Amino acid sequence: MTEPTASSPTTEDTQAPPAPEQAAPAGSYSAGTSARPAEAEKPRGLWGDAWHDLVRRPMFLVASVIILVLLAMVAFPQLFTSVDPNHADLLKSREGPSAEAWFGYDLQGRDIFSRTVHGARASVIVGLLATLGTVLIGSVVGILSGYYGGWVDNLLSRFSEIFLGLPFVLGAIVILTTFNSPQEIPSGTRVIMQVVTSIAVLSWPIAMRIMRSAAIAAKQQDYVKAARALGATPRRIILRHMLPNCLAPVLVYATIALGGFIGAEATLSYLGLGLKFPVVSWGVMISDSREFIQASPHLLLFPAGFLVVTVLAFVMLGDAVRDALDPKQK
Amino acid sequence: MGRYVLRRLLQLIPVFIGTTFIIYALVWAVPGDPFAGKCGERSCPPSYVAEMTARYHLDEPLIVQYFKYLGQLFTGNFGETYAGVQIGDLIANAYPTTVRLAVVALLIEGVIGVAAGILTGLRGKGFLDSLVLISTLFLISLPVFVTGFVLKVWLGTELGLIKTSVGSDPSIGELLVPGFVLGSLSMAYVARLTRTSLMENKRADYVRTATAKGLKQNRVVGVHLLRNSLIPVVTFLGTDLGALMGGAIVTEGVFNIRGIGGLVYKAILTKEGMTVTGIVTLLVLVYLLMNLLVDVLYAVLDPRIRYD
Repeated sequence: MTEPTASSPTTEDTQAPPAPEQAAPAGSYSAGTSARPAEAEKPRGLWGDAWHDLVRRPMFLVASVIILVLLAMVAFPQLFTSVDPNHADLLKSREGPSAEAWFGYDLQGRDIFSRTVHGARASVIVGLLATLGTVLIGSVVGILSGYYGGWVDNLLSRFSEIFLGLPFVLGAIVILTTFNSPQEIPSGTRVIMQVVTSIAVLSWPIAMRIMRSAAIAAKQQDYVKAARALGATPRRIILRHMLPNCLAPVLVYATIALGGFIGAEATLSYLGLGLKFPVVSWGVMISDSREFIQASPHLLLFPAGFLVVTVLAFVMLGDAVRDALDPKQK
Repeated sequence: MGRYVLRRLLQLIPVFIGTTFIIYALVWAVPGDPFAGKCGERSCPPSYVAEMTARYHLDEPLIVQYFKYLGQLFTGNFGETYAGVQIGDLIANAYPTTVRLAVVALLIEGVIGVAAGILTGLRGKGFLDSLVLISTLFLISLPVFVTGFVLKVWLGTELGLIKTSVGSDPSIGELLVPGFVLGSLSMAYVARLTRTSLMENKRADYVRTATAKGLKQNRVVGVHLLRNSLIPVVTFLGTDLGALMGGAIVTEGVFNIRGIGGLVYKAILTKEGMTVTGIVTLLVLVYLLMNLLVDVLYAVLDPRIRYD
């Protein structure tokens, strides 16, 4: 998720998806024949400017540090804790925080610190995949509808409104209950994929709208007209010219949405429809804690705290990137 | 204007049919026996299955079923639950509560959000600005059910200020805290939207002209600046009212409010397809009409926008 910013000092080239044409400019880089290497000496572009601006923002730095720690937790939970998150000791049920277990124990006597650390993985994976799906579907549909306009735009816009009209939580509940009959207990990966799919299916219209308006604005620009006058195919115009210039607002949305999707996963798990045992996630932990909040608030406090800090970090990152990319603020 | 509204109304039809059809298909076309578990521990008697199949047109293709259902809906008949309760009655009982909750939430988010936005937007950078930015950031990051639970336990159980469970015909006072919880996320957006919009317009030419004409500061801000800056905010609030009604499931669950959200949630879990499709159709209709209303309102508020 730090990619959009980390790769920003290099030019827009890296932002284009791997297209067949990608090989040609890469070759011309080394050959040094095209005008591209000269661009490196030119003043910084949009992304370079943004990067320059970002590293001076405390909000961006704080958010990046939190996200890096979180990613470490996702990749190597063993670094943070050696306790098995599903090891239960009923004697220790709902014991408060102590030197032994920093966050205390839950109802079944499982170490909450270990569960919180291990829970990061499921939560972040759901958030990442759902964002990826939303951005992919939304961008493709949005850029097509913005570029072609006319009846294509009309059709695609109406189609996206169909999904926009469904209230998010309601739609997700219907999808998840439809594909899981209450009798069976589905496997972990299947539920993760279902949650990801339902989030993506219900959220892509927003990414589509953002991409569409960016594409409509870009279509009027001289460089697109020039490319068309030179005889570039629609495919080349969309992939090489419009996409790199339309990506910024969608990426900002994606960063903020990523936080929101992690929260959405927790909401669905809380309703008992999202992830379930043996998968450990913050939503599952919060859901487990709700009967005992008054007697032992630490059951809710720690997973909810991690959830909020994570969402906060992504929203902060998105905010900072948007401010850095927005020329009006300068 | 009239032509624009008419065109939008016509465009609503495919969207409406698309959304409701998706829900209908999801609810009814699921593989598996729709009568599983409906008659307790034993399987349903054939006579019951035959009658139900005829009543819900289950032996016909899905698309025919759907349009028969839609036709029935337009005569104002929502159908019955499996137990024979009129769904129209269920909705009529629950709907006022949800509308009340959504309106309370909208008022709270509108008043607090716009006030915070105006305060920070006019003053510019400073302590208050940072405070509002950070607190809205927190509100955006908090999932609704966490806010709800924390407030319920803290205000209800610890301090005893509110009832943890709201009755069947709640007063506005009882709905204040649930409304705050429901509207908290949008409140943060409203505050930020107002602030950004004011900041952008503060340096606009018309504001400079108004000041140069010698108008009082109150009039410049109240009439010229605010009227122009609040247009996107009004748009947001309008679309949000539709979204709040559909989004109340979690809030209604936390505070035990007997509204549409609780009704539909229970219906989904017990596979009462008729109830689910009926309520979703209603919610989608409200949402689409609110969007249309907002678009029309847009032209009234901002005379520069012409739709013809």
